[in-house]
Amino acid sequence: MAATLPNVLVTTDWVAQHATDAGVRVVEVDVDTTAYDQGHVPGAAGWNWTTELCDTLVRDIVPAPKLEALLGASGIDNKTAIVLYGDNNNWFAAWAFWQLKIYGHEDVRIMDGGRKKWVAEGRELSTAKPSFQATTYKTGAPDMALRAFLPEVQAAVVGKRASLVDVRSPQEFTGEILSPPGLPETCQRGGHIPGAKSIPWGKNCNEDGTFKSFDDLKALYAAQGVTSDRPVIAYCRIGERSSLTWFVLRHLLGFQNVKNYDGSWTEWGNLVGAPVEKP
Amino acid sequence: MKPEDYSRRQQELAGWPVTIESYKLGDVYHCTIANVDPGARIARADGATKEEAELRAIDKATRYLQQTRRFKSEV
Repeated sequence: MAATLPNVLVTTDWVAQHATDAGVRVVEVDVDTTAYDQGHVPGAAGWNWTTELCDTLVRDIVPAPKLEALLGASGIDNKTAIVLYGDNNNWFAAWAFWQLKIYGHEDVRIMDGGRKKWVAEGRELSTAKPSFQATTYKTGAPDMALRAFLPEVQAAVVGKRASLVDVRSPQEFTGEILSPPGLPETCQRGGHIPGAKSIPWGKNCNEDGTFKSFDDLKALYAAQGVTSDRPVIAYCRIGERSSLTWFVLRHLLGFQNVKNYDGSWTEWGNLVGAPVEKP
Repeated sequence: MKPEDYSRRQQELAGWPVTIESYKLGDVYHCTIANVDPGARIARADGATKEEAELRAIDKATRYLQQTRRFKSEV
């Protein structure tokens, strides 16, 4: 991967050598922690997307005090290099990355290939939950320039002021299905936001889960007219797949104006009167 | 511990293509099933043998997948 900002990706080899170094904290991030319980990178903390990386009362990203408590309990301070990985090809790791950037953590990285590659390579797994020396963590002021809310997306549709990237599967994009097969339907209408380009998240990755090369990624987005000279808003169903695309555009391709619309289709597809395009 | 007897394959369940990944860690076999597109994990199960873990996971996944509806295009 010829990343524009190479410090944001580490290989499985690097993690095998440095997972327990001082100043480094590896974290597995999954939708829940059953994958973590079935074996994880030795020394890794396990974070639960559902309960620990969201506001569980209001639909929102994790509140600052809650994130501070989670990071502190994980032995992470403001200078720790946080290395994230997870299942679903790093979707939830990317979500954690996006939130950590919103709250200003400087050194965050993703293990290229995620849990899938680590397990496929037959690397060491542990079922032990490590204990960490608690720290005090202080988040920065949230950088909401990384996040799109509904009014901004609506304005972008009307004024054609941004490239909208729908990263869901083609069947979700066309409205043939309302949610990924086997997952609960959480919207009332199928289709996509008018004007959005369909660039499924998986096109960012190779078969082994690693990210494609800089040149391949640049060509992928350029072919759909998504270029760095125009604002980009990525969305999916709940904002986690699109955080992976946000990561690619912002940190691997170096786009400066990229936002993740985490309201995504579960917001837009439930809005009364919202315009929907099919197919 | 290192995972042993790792396997990964694709097959169809309830009309949907899925990936079935299994490995043994210690004395326990773990199985994870994800839909092929978009790649979301939909079921996990453990067992004393690979067959047991996979059958449990397949049973769960099939129940979830049967609830997914296809909508015909109205255009």
